[in-house]
Amino acid sequence: MNFEISIELARALYIGATILFILTLGGLSNQESARKGNMYGILGMSIAIVATLLSPLVTENFLLIFILMIIGGYIGIYLAKNVQMTEMPELVAILHSLVGLAAVLVGYVNFLDETLILKGTEKLIHSIELYIGIFIGVITFSGSIIAFGKLSGKIGGNPLILPSRHLLNLGIILIVIFYGYIFTTANSTNDAIIPLIIMTGLAFLFGMHLVLAIGGADMPVVVSMLNSYSGWAASATGFMLNNDLLIVVGALVGSSGAILSYIMCKAMNRSFISVIAGGFGTDTKSTSTAVEDQGEIIEIESQELSELLLSAKKIMIIPGYGMAVSQAQHTVNEIAKMLKDKNIDVSFAIHPVAGRMPGHMNVLLAEAKVPYDIVYEMDEINDDFKNVDVSIIIGANDIVNPSALDDPESPIAGMPVLECWKGKTSVVLKRGMATGYAGVQNPLFFKENTRMLFGDAKKTMDEALTILQSS
Amino acid sequence: MIIGVLKEVLENENRVSITPDIVIKFIKLGYLVLVQSKAGLKSNFTDDQYIESGASIIEDANEIWSSADIILKINAPSEDMPDETAALVGSKTLVSFFGPAQHTSKLKKMAVENVNVLAMDCVPRISRAQKMDALSSMANVAGSRAVIEASFKFGRFFGGQITAAGKIPPAKVLIIGAGVAGLSAIGTSASLGAIVRAFDTRPEVKEQVESLNAEFLTIDINEDGSGSGGYAKEMSKDFLKAEHELFKSQCKDVDIIITTALIPGKEAPKLITEDMIEVMKPGSVIVDLAAQQGGNCAYTQRDKCIVQGGVTIIGYTDLPSRLASQSSKLYATNLYHVIHDLTPNKDGMAQINMEDEVIRGMTIIRNGKITYPPPKIESPKAQTITKSEPKTLIPEKKDTPKQVFPVIPFLISLLLLVGVGSSAPASFMAHFTVFVLSCFIGYMVVWNVTASLHTPLMSVTNAVSSIIIIGALIQVSSDNPLLVIMSSLAILIASINIVGGFAVTKRMLDMFRK
Repeated sequence: MNFEISIELARALYIGATILFILTLGGLSNQESARKGNMYGILGMSIAIVATLLSPLVTENFLLIFILMIIGGYIGIYLAKNVQMTEMPELVAILHSLVGLAAVLVGYVNFLDETLILKGTEKLIHSIELYIGIFIGVITFSGSIIAFGKLSGKIGGNPLILPSRHLLNLGIILIVIFYGYIFTTANSTNDAIIPLIIMTGLAFLFGMHLVLAIGGADMPVVVSMLNSYSGWAASATGFMLNNDLLIVVGALVGSSGAILSYIMCKAMNRSFISVIAGGFGTDTKSTSTAVEDQGEIIEIESQELSELLLSAKKIMIIPGYGMAVSQAQHTVNEIAKMLKDKNIDVSFAIHPVAGRMPGHMNVLLAEAKVPYDIVYEMDEINDDFKNVDVSIIIGANDIVNPSALDDPESPIAGMPVLECWKGKTSVVLKRGMATGYAGVQNPLFFKENTRMLFGDAKKTMDEALTILQSS
Repeated sequence: MIIGVLKEVLENENRVSITPDIVIKFIKLGYLVLVQSKAGLKSNFTDDQYIESGASIIEDANEIWSSADIILKINAPSEDMPDETAALVGSKTLVSFFGPAQHTSKLKKMAVENVNVLAMDCVPRISRAQKMDALSSMANVAGSRAVIEASFKFGRFFGGQITAAGKIPPAKVLIIGAGVAGLSAIGTSASLGAIVRAFDTRPEVKEQVESLNAEFLTIDINEDGSGSGGYAKEMSKDFLKAEHELFKSQCKDVDIIITTALIPGKEAPKLITEDMIEVMKPGSVIVDLAAQQGGNCAYTQRDKCIVQGGVTIIGYTDLPSRLASQSSKLYATNLYHVIHDLTPNKDGMAQINMEDEVIRGMTIIRNGKITYPPPKIESPKAQTITKSEPKTLIPEKKDTPKQVFPVIPFLISLLLLVGVGSSAPASFMAHFTVFVLSCFIGYMVVWNVTASLHTPLMSVTNAVSSIIIIGALIQVSSDNPLLVIMSSLAILIASINIVGGFAVTKRMLDMFRK
């Protein structure tokens, strides 16, 4: 090849790519710089790929690479263009699984590659890196597939609680470590492949079990956790291939996902360990006293909702996953716009775990063209509810449950919630009286300043919009 | 079944029990609705409006009494001119105010054949029955109207102003009893611009009073006046003495007093005595909302407005009727909730379910037999309990372990580093350094990411973590066909991920706009 560059130059370019990737993440600190950040990411990735292709490390099969990348890119574009914003969590989950799978493949190829000859500690460390890399990759892969299944409703959202599941997990880990020992001390590839395959199978089950045991409410944590794993998988691959670029980028992604998981856990007042251990709301002892007769709800219809909205000065809209399900975000935006034209102050309040992945609601609202400067986070807005005339809660439940604050027995006790009941009136749009993910009854529905509007959120909001338009 | 809505026969009664919009809802529940001609006229609901809503207009009250199965009224059935008590026969049901405790003879007289009577004033005071609580609805109207009546007689503005013609001080209003009527009066006077003070023997209402921008007056004797059913109970002698002194000193200062103190089943306590009225400024106004039960003020005369020593004392008992349209709407909605609960199957067939605590409480005659008073139910103390200490559960954010140096994690990390460093080869240490530093960079950078961009963050990190493609690119140059196939697969899926991740991130970011 005429264009060949030296390894040193390739590594220098890698440094440039690394910096661009850091700028990508840094750019996401606000909406304006985020677009530029994404461009940095694309640029960084292009530089990294081109530098690799031009380096002496890649010598053959250029045409094959080219074709594969075109096909892959085409599929990627297709997915990105056609995904519904409500399906973002599913897309993210399936993309995570691809990272995991790629890491596994790269790991296996590296293992089977007999041109690589190492001795002594180097070989031991390389074996450990390889073993761990594949382990994380497989967990990411199988876990993400299950997460995808759960998010898309192909697998039930209820946590699968196997008997003595903690022991089971511990057992798997111990066996994996045991085979790891055999693997690293094996003398030939033939001796080592069996422990590696056994480990792969176990890791596959482990990843599945890990996610199956986690309840629907914890999905945001799972998705960000898998995000983190995909980063660690890339990092481990970097160690295996002695490639600093992979190590750096993997570490960036890994810590990013870890922080997201931490933020999500904090938003639910749950420790990371208890989420991973799974089974939300399964402690039967905590069937709260509040489940009994809570009093009666007051039902209204769209007509009254629109009257309420028109007579309000300050309106807060609290979206939840139900809004995504019924695709009501566009109607909600129309209503918000109309009310704003009538000089009514409309804001949106987003709970960190609303929806199925971090920031899910923000994306949905952005899709519906809700301006982001009227969309607030819980901490920014929770003190404002006392000035709010009407809060509309659309398909949300646990994130507006007052028992999180005043019932120490409640399974969600201590979780920060949007305190909409401090406003004048709350209108809850819901399909029925079913409980949220946490399986906890919500005393909010029975408060005297709460009104219930049953039915599909899209339908009832459409009705309200028609009434508003005609008034 | 047929619902009949009667024109009220009481003189000076302007309200009507059902409004046209509620007629529509009754029809949805499966009922036929008959409305007496001109029933709603005084509260500005015309016969045409009722017809439009689906009701039939009937001229003669007797025809409604005879053909309707359920009769809806506001006031208790009158005994003379016309005698409504005798009109309820067969297995008909009457829903109206009644006052069974005061009108025992009327109650006995009406308990004939298979008739049912549901008294709107007997709705139990529990939270789930609030939507049917017509007493509260009417108290709300009365409280608000009391302020307006006072403003008629009061010769000045409520709100203060600085004008070219001089300074106008705001009126000072004292509200005694912060129940539904009291709170409503507080709200109305505050929104007119007056300085509002309120007194109540139940300390738990302090918060509600203050939320309406009024000052909550207290006396230095510790006694909780909360009685059952949300009403106040009678207080001790010492307390009453202190209360007297407080009121007397307030009387010298305030311009308007609105009293709403009632104790169920008893004569209203005399709170504003002769000596207090003496010290009040001429032109002051007292509105006594307890006039029906004898009044809180010494001079109150029922249904009259008198002037005593320059102080106007209003004892009207028909305040809700003076705001007829509003009262009718509220009462009609309360009635609707009663009928709604009587019709669980929405088939137009009312069932009086005596198992239902609320319906049981309201039913004073069932199948011709007196069922008043109902068996005691537990008092709804629960509402106040929940308020007690919600704040303590929220973890104090200030106590994050910043002050304490994390000794143990530090030692563990140090040991790990020593362990790795002493056994690993140089090349690994170089990578390890890069790895650890990158983790920290990631940590620092990602904390700055705004929460609303968490989804784009995930999709972009997704694309970025497909940097794994580099590994596959290098491996595809292998000689072993199996390895080439596996690496090719890795390249393919990594490319999906890279392009898909960046593209979807771009798509999302483009949607965020101001």
